[in-house]
Amino acid sequence: MQVGIGLPNTLDTDGETLRSWARRADDGPFTSVGVFDRLVYRSTDPLTTLATCAGVTEDVQLVTSIVAGPLRSDALLAKRAATVDQLSDGRLSLGLALGARREDYEMADASFDDRGKRFSRQLSRLRDIWEDDDIGPEPATDGGPELLVGGDSDPTFNRVGRYGDGYIHGGGPPRAFERKAEQARAAWDESGRPGDPALWGHGYFALGEEAAERGREYLLDYYAFTGPFAETIADSLLTTPQEVLSFVRGYADAGCDELLLFPTVADDEQYDELETLIETEWR
Amino acid sequence: MQVTVVGGGPAGLYASLLLKKEYPDWNVTVYERDPADNTYGWGVVFSDATLSNLKEADTVSHERITDAFVRWDPIDVHLKGESIRCGGHTFAGIMRADLLQLLQERSREVGVELIHGETIEEDDVDELAAEADLLIGADGLNSTVRETHEESFRPSVSDGSAKFAWFGTAKPYDVFTFIFRENEHGLWRVHAYPGRMSTFIVECTQETWEAAGLDEKGEEEALAYFEDLFSDHLEGYDLQSKLYGWRNFPVVSCGSWSSGDDIVLLGDAAHTAHFSIGSGTKLALEDAISLLDGFREHGTDVRSALNYYEKERRPRVEGLQDAAERSQTYFENVERYWDMEPEQFAYNMLTRSGRISYDSLKQRDVGYADDYDRWFEANATDADVTPLAARQPLNQSLTLRETTLDNRLTVTRPPSNGSTDGRPGADYLDDLRDRARDGPGLLLTDPVAVSPEGRITPGTPGLYDDSHVDAWAAFVDDVHAETDAAVGLQLVHAGRRGATRHREYGLDRPLPSGDRWELYAPSAKPYVPGGPKPTAVDADDCDRIRDDFAEAAERAAEAGFDYLQLHAGHGYLLSSFLSPLTNDREDEFGGSLEARMRYPLSVFDAVREAWPDERPLGTALQATDWNLSGLKTRESLQVAQALADRDCDLLSIVAGQATVRERPRYDPTVLADFTETYRNETGVPALSTNYVTTYDEVNTLVGAGRADLCTYRP
Repeated sequence: MQVGIGLPNTLDTDGETLRSWARRADDGPFTSVGVFDRLVYRSTDPLTTLATCAGVTEDVQLVTSIVAGPLRSDALLAKRAATVDQLSDGRLSLGLALGARREDYEMADASFDDRGKRFSRQLSRLRDIWEDDDIGPEPATDGGPELLVGGDSDPTFNRVGRYGDGYIHGGGPPRAFERKAEQARAAWDESGRPGDPALWGHGYFALGEEAAERGREYLLDYYAFTGPFAETIADSLLTTPQEVLSFVRGYADAGCDELLLFPTVADDEQYDELETLIETEWR
Repeated sequence: MQVTVVGGGPAGLYASLLLKKEYPDWNVTVYERDPADNTYGWGVVFSDATLSNLKEADTVSHERITDAFVRWDPIDVHLKGESIRCGGHTFAGIMRADLLQLLQERSREVGVELIHGETIEEDDVDELAAEADLLIGADGLNSTVRETHEESFRPSVSDGSAKFAWFGTAKPYDVFTFIFRENEHGLWRVHAYPGRMSTFIVECTQETWEAAGLDEKGEEEALAYFEDLFSDHLEGYDLQSKLYGWRNFPVVSCGSWSSGDDIVLLGDAAHTAHFSIGSGTKLALEDAISLLDGFREHGTDVRSALNYYEKERRPRVEGLQDAAERSQTYFENVERYWDMEPEQFAYNMLTRSGRISYDSLKQRDVGYADDYDRWFEANATDADVTPLAARQPLNQSLTLRETTLDNRLTVTRPPSNGSTDGRPGADYLDDLRDRARDGPGLLLTDPVAVSPEGRITPGTPGLYDDSHVDAWAAFVDDVHAETDAAVGLQLVHAGRRGATRHREYGLDRPLPSGDRWELYAPSAKPYVPGGPKPTAVDADDCDRIRDDFAEAAERAAEAGFDYLQLHAGHGYLLSSFLSPLTNDREDEFGGSLEARMRYPLSVFDAVREAWPDERPLGTALQATDWNLSGLKTRESLQVAQALADRDCDLLSIVAGQATVRERPRYDPTVLADFTETYRNETGVPALSTNYVTTYDEVNTLVGAGRADLCTYRP
């Protein structure tokens, strides 16, 4: 299993921090950098952020975890993703899911209630657009950027099997990931797709007591729309090196291909500590 | 803090005593409808006698409860004059009235106020809640608290299809005893377990219940009927009843277990689990412990404590409810297994809920499990003598006509793309050879086309030209020379799912318009929106395609394949005749199910005619389209029966992909459950296409008679 690091693009930070984390990840132990997507929030746009990072990195994979697909028009999303893929020499992994925030849909003038149906159609159209010549650019990757589908319902796994290259999990303890990964593999197998689905996981960290408190507050705020469930998410924050390592090992044992660890505090020390930990204890 | 509890059953009493003990300055009041000395009910059973978390929560009540326990660990299964015992299960039982007495006594000791004989109506709930800081709805499966706040709890209650009634008897049963008994009215199930009085639950289908006239029989008559029916088991003891009545088991689940900031449901009010796995009371007591933990964690922040409780409990409760549902489904459908030999019937029953597997039975009772392996081998090999040492079920051979498969593992691969004009490519055949070397009993190819238009992609292999035969024949010879695997071929006509791109980037992506070929289907409806429109087949097309299947079968015979399978699933041509979603025809092949199955069956007949008598012919059959307007399992079972009548040798059950508008379930057991149903309803051996990755799963499915072969992904 490989380990990637999340960029603090929802943590109200500046361009230099985002670029420097990406640069350091490119040189360091991480194989990917991830970004989140929120509309009504003090965050930067995921694909634009990755495009910026593409310019200052060479090898690291650029991942959205996730972009709320149906918030955006199919053609514009296809073009933007193809652009990032082309400009980064094929380093984009496009994680897409429905996105659960009604507010984001309202502000984007996108309808919320039929988003599942539109999402399936979007996944199919993205491939068509990437392979046809009408809307350029041609992605650097054959067939378009790696397409990861997120979510946890049965229709999610149907989409993974029918349209995706893999599955990107929404976070939780390793055993929760394991169950969903099993469903993704079963759906892939039943769909009659060759090979195996790529399986991505993600977790949150804030190392150190003071950071843990700030990280917890951020998660309660970021997930406030989920009601009491925000507590559950905040409780899962990894706050010690031991917790991070046992989480990483748990994901590796559960068959995860790449695990993204997202910061909840945008301090450089957070990057330093995770880098040291992964470099010395995992690689 | 004022804590008000509606319901003085195990959940309510236990929560009350734990909270009062932990927080002596809180007021805890319990309202119970029944009098304190109510003795309704017989025994309750705990599937785990240790209950270690109860000890930690309150040592005093734990000691008193476990002192009153009757413990046992075997399960006895009685049927058809045989008695089969399997040990190692650790159960405990206690009379419900004794448990309530103990909990009442302990509650009073710690200072809980118990108010008996007070019924809480819907109008009272909000008043009680307003006066309390926490209102606990522990008022059982017909919970008034739940009904009052339905919009928050979002409950669903679904009644099981079987009828059951609780009785007691002085006959001392010493272990968990299941009795299955057939009489002129139907098949009866008894769940009996030990206690100061033994509990004796009788269960049957609605049909049996009506046939026995129980809708009209009074209490005395019913007791006499069962005393007579089970006289050999009761050995002269009476059956007794309290509040005699027949019920259907209601499965309760809730979208949320709390309402507002301070109302919470515990025990049966929040969730029920079929009595056959003996977990209802255990769940109720554990709910109470978890609620206490929530307060320990969050102090008097009631809302956070309730969140904690639900977060901790929900995954565990739902896991148990899944197992209970599987057990309930088993007991509702016992008739399906009645033709099994008693040994296999018992093994299937023991593994019914999915929580006990082949390996875990070996751990629980190695003597029983080894005996079962010996029985399975003797039965599988028709041996007269039971072998001294037996191999596990997956290593037993299976004979279909004159083809013998060495073991129960089937290896296959997803639809391939490495062929040119139907000629199987070298890399593709090498890959198949490698899979044969892994040692399966049956190596089954991915779908091979019966005609150029029947290909899924341009790279789909075929057997539609005489020039294809040599490549396949050389491959089959190699596999036979190198391995013990039997080699099967799967024939397909892709129908409207043809002319697509390779599946590397997804399913059903049409080829660019210049590269497509003409597609044929029962009706002219494209598979994907905006995709190529197929030609609705006319009578000549039907004849030609049937001939294509038959000729491909002849070529397969010539190439030396041991087994042949027709693909009538996944929206390919044959299954698209079966599905009302894709078959609008008004001729003899469309309309009623009988008409829709006519063409696929005619193809089966033609292939059977062309394929050598001594070699087995099977069908991959669609169990459901996962669409409310699509092919139903009930209908597909009729197709399976028609195939059984034609001596079809193997059924491989698949589901979905009939159309893109589907809502499949990806529960890991769903295909195995379908396979089990088809195998045991029709008597045709079955290949499970479930995603199986361990030998334990294969041994359990094959051992329990739920499948005869399993696809296996190491």
